[in-house]
Amino acid sequence: MIEVSGLTKAYGPVVAIEDLSFRVEKGEILGFLGPNGAGKTTTMRILTGYMPPTSGTAVVAGYDVTTHPLEVRRRVGYMPETVPLYPEMTVADYLDFMARLRHVPDRRNRIAEVMEQLGLTDRADDRIAKLSKGYRQRVGLAQAVLHKPEVLVLDEPTIGLDPRQITEVRELIRSLGEQHTVILSTHILPEVSQLADRILIINRGRLVAEDTPERLTALLAGGQYLRVEIRPNGATDSDVQQALAHVPGVREVRVEGRGQYTVVAEEDHDPRPHIARAVVERGWQLLELHTTRLTLEEVFLQLTTAEPEVEAG
Amino acid sequence: MYNVWTITRRELNAYFVSPIAYVVAALFLALHSYFFSLILFFSQEASLRYLFGSMTSVMLFIAPVLAMRLLSEEYRSGTIELLLTSPVRDWELVVGKWLASVLLWLVMLALTLIYPYFLRLYGSPDWGPIWTGYLGLFLLGSALLALGTLASAATENQIVAAVFGAVLTVGLWVLRGAGDLLGGKVAQVINYIALADHAVDFTRGVVDTRDVLYFLSVIVVALFLATRVVEMRRMR
Repeated sequence: MIEVSGLTKAYGPVVAIEDLSFRVEKGEILGFLGPNGAGKTTTMRILTGYMPPTSGTAVVAGYDVTTHPLEVRRRVGYMPETVPLYPEMTVADYLDFMARLRHVPDRRNRIAEVMEQLGLTDRADDRIAKLSKGYRQRVGLAQAVLHKPEVLVLDEPTIGLDPRQITEVRELIRSLGEQHTVILSTHILPEVSQLADRILIINRGRLVAEDTPERLTALLAGGQYLRVEIRPNGATDSDVQQALAHVPGVREVRVEGRGQYTVVAEEDHDPRPHIARAVVERGWQLLELHTTRLTLEEVFLQLTTAEPEVEAG
Repeated sequence: MYNVWTITRRELNAYFVSPIAYVVAALFLALHSYFFSLILFFSQEASLRYLFGSMTSVMLFIAPVLAMRLLSEEYRSGTIELLLTSPVRDWELVVGKWLASVLLWLVMLALTLIYPYFLRLYGSPDWGPIWTGYLGLFLLGSALLALGTLASAATENQIVAAVFGAVLTVGLWVLRGAGDLLGGKVAQVINYIALADHAVDFTRGVVDTRDVLYFLSVIVVALFLATRVVEMRRMR
């Protein structure tokens, strides 16, 4: 559904994201995790056809964002970090405007349906200025799903909400994930582990890790990530996988393609000498072997690992 | 065209909720009702020629105010992100915004029709120059609003947009004198670019194609530049 390769965006001399590559399959919820300023918003703005990348390609719902931005925008629903609302409009008028902009067929019924789905029906004639933050967030989600987009991009959807509202919005996102491919950015670790099928961690514009929430959480609890690049002289990926999996201390080996593998290992071992030996013994060439743990740790330190506290009163 | 109209519709609604449109329109009418009575009293002439002159000068300052929020407000509130990620082309957005301000201008002009109505009640005005005068004002206003739209596209601050807009409109007006200063061929070119000469003929009952073309080209150039500015802001 989304295919990003070598994506780079520079604002003048400042590089916001560099050489990002990832895929999102249809129906998946992808969590985009990273500290503030990591390049999450920039990536999302590129995926929604808001701005073209400096280099690299991003194909969303079958269309390249650089060459066919309008086609991409037709198929993407986007909720930016600051939910863009017109405070003087009523909820119904606002959704009507958005539906017209997106050429939604059978506009009235669809708006009624979405308001029902997001629990906005009672607020249809309220001015947006009067709504609470939680309701505004819902209106933001409502506009994003109005045109039944194939891809839903949500930038920090729970920021600034109170815990009860956060739970509500997460419920909504989970239910939306059943019909849409969702990309969700956040700097809150528990949020992403609750919602996402897969997590992408970026820091300083670069991809640091990509894994399921369970494994990343396990990693947080101890363990390390190694990146290995091998020229296996004719051996298949699964040969390599098996060979590395038998190295003591290695929990798991994943194939990244083009001779690259990610190895997850126990924390108290340094598996590097063993890996090196295993590779060389089989007559393969070891091109790269290093732990990525430090960068990951650096990211985790900056992430919010706790849920916001429930305020008294 | 559907996209343009969607943008225009919302913008028109926004005009009528915000006090600025009412205040500006009311001031415009109050001022010109006053001028209308004065001019009528002193000239004893059933014509709107002088009044059109005054409307032109006032519009130089009002147009930037009417146009200042068009794009600036979208930048400031972040709603621009919504518009720029909708399947709408940048020019459709710019034209839709501008068109809303032009329709507001049309409403303001329509309200001033009360003056010729008075003239008809108490005299026998020459209708030719009145209608061409209105056509001229409409075109001039549309061009000034296009310049205001360009100013609004350049900044997220409405006040800065209004000031920048006034620099453009007044600047294009006072260019007239600068042309004469230099003389020769350059003077002709500069005076052609200046607004002043193109507005006058209409009030005399003359519709010169060159003047119409002039206003149309100001509109096209200003809106084209505004579109480019929006495109450039996408990159940041």
